[in-house]
Amino acid sequence: MQSAVVLLPGLNRDRDMIAALTKISGRAPVTVWQTETAISAVDLIVIPGGFSFGDYLRCGAIAARSPVMRAVAEAAGRGVPVLGVCNGFQILCETGLLPGALMRNTSLRFVCRRVKLEVVNAATRFTSAYRQGQVIGCPVAHHDGNYFADEDTLTRLEGEGQVALRYAEGTNPNGAVRDIAGVVNAAGNVFGLMPHPENFIEPEHGGSDGRGFFESVLGTTRVAA
Amino acid sequence: MIKARITVTLKTGVLDPQGKAIEGALGTLGFGGVAAVRQGKVFDVVLEGDDRAGAEAQLAAMCDRLLANTVIENYTVDIA
Repeated sequence: MQSAVVLLPGLNRDRDMIAALTKISGRAPVTVWQTETAISAVDLIVIPGGFSFGDYLRCGAIAARSPVMRAVAEAAGRGVPVLGVCNGFQILCETGLLPGALMRNTSLRFVCRRVKLEVVNAATRFTSAYRQGQVIGCPVAHHDGNYFADEDTLTRLEGEGQVALRYAEGTNPNGAVRDIAGVVNAAGNVFGLMPHPENFIEPEHGGSDGRGFFESVLGTTRVAA
Repeated sequence: MIKARITVTLKTGVLDPQGKAIEGALGTLGFGGVAAVRQGKVFDVVLEGDDRAGAEAQLAAMCDRLLANTVIENYTVDIA
C-alpha cells in the first residue's frame, strides 16, 4: 500500500502522519508539495493537521485553492481514497470534497485533550476495522473543530450513513452540531475527522485506538490512482 | 479604477461564539441594552479599469470561490 502525504506551509502534524503511515503500512509515504499539479499512482492520499497558511481568511481556505488540491480533487473523482485529519478535514470541506464547514470552537478556546468517539458507521472503508457503535479514545487538538451544516444537509448525511464518527459520552470538545466528529463523502472515498488518530497508534501514546482508521483504509483500498 | 467593499456575515441560524463574546464584553464595559452582536468581515477591493458590469460579476465570483464560505456565510458587494 503506497500512501501520499500532502505538504502545505503551516502544517505541523505531517511528520506524525508520515511516521504513523510508515509504521502501519510498512512503507514510507511519498510527499506532495502544495505547488505540485499531479499525484503519482497511490492507494491513499492524506492531508495532515496543522495551520496551513496561518488559518488566514478561514481555516483551510487558502490551502483549498492551492494547485495540489486540484490534483487531490481529480484523484478523489477517480475513486482514490482521501483522508483529511484536523486541518486536512477543514481543507476538504473548503474544497467542497466534503459537505459542511468547521467553525471556531464554541468555547473560543483551543482544545487539546483526549475525547471518546463513537463509530456510527463501521461500513466505510475508513472505519471497517472497528465494530459498529464501538467507542474509542482519541486525542483532539484544534481551535476550529465546530462542525456545521444546515438541517437538510445533516438529515441527508445521517440518512446516508455519512456521519461516520461522533463525539461520545459528553466529550464533544467544540460544540459541533449533533456531536459530529467525522464525515465521509457520498461516494465513500473521502473522509475527514477532527481528532488525531495518528497520535494514538501505540501504547506509548497512551493507547492505540487510532490504528483502526489506517488499518481500514490501507487494508481495503485497491483503486489505482 | 473601481472600488468595492465586500461584507461577509454569518448566515442567520449559524452560531457566532465570537459575536457572543463581544456582546458580553460590551456589557462588562457598561453598555446597556445591547440585544445582540454578530461579527463579520470587510474586504476593500480595488479593480483596474472601469467596466462596472464586468466588475460586479467578477466580485461575485470572488466571493463564491474564496472570500465567503457560502455554507455558513452571506456576502454583499457595494461598488463605490
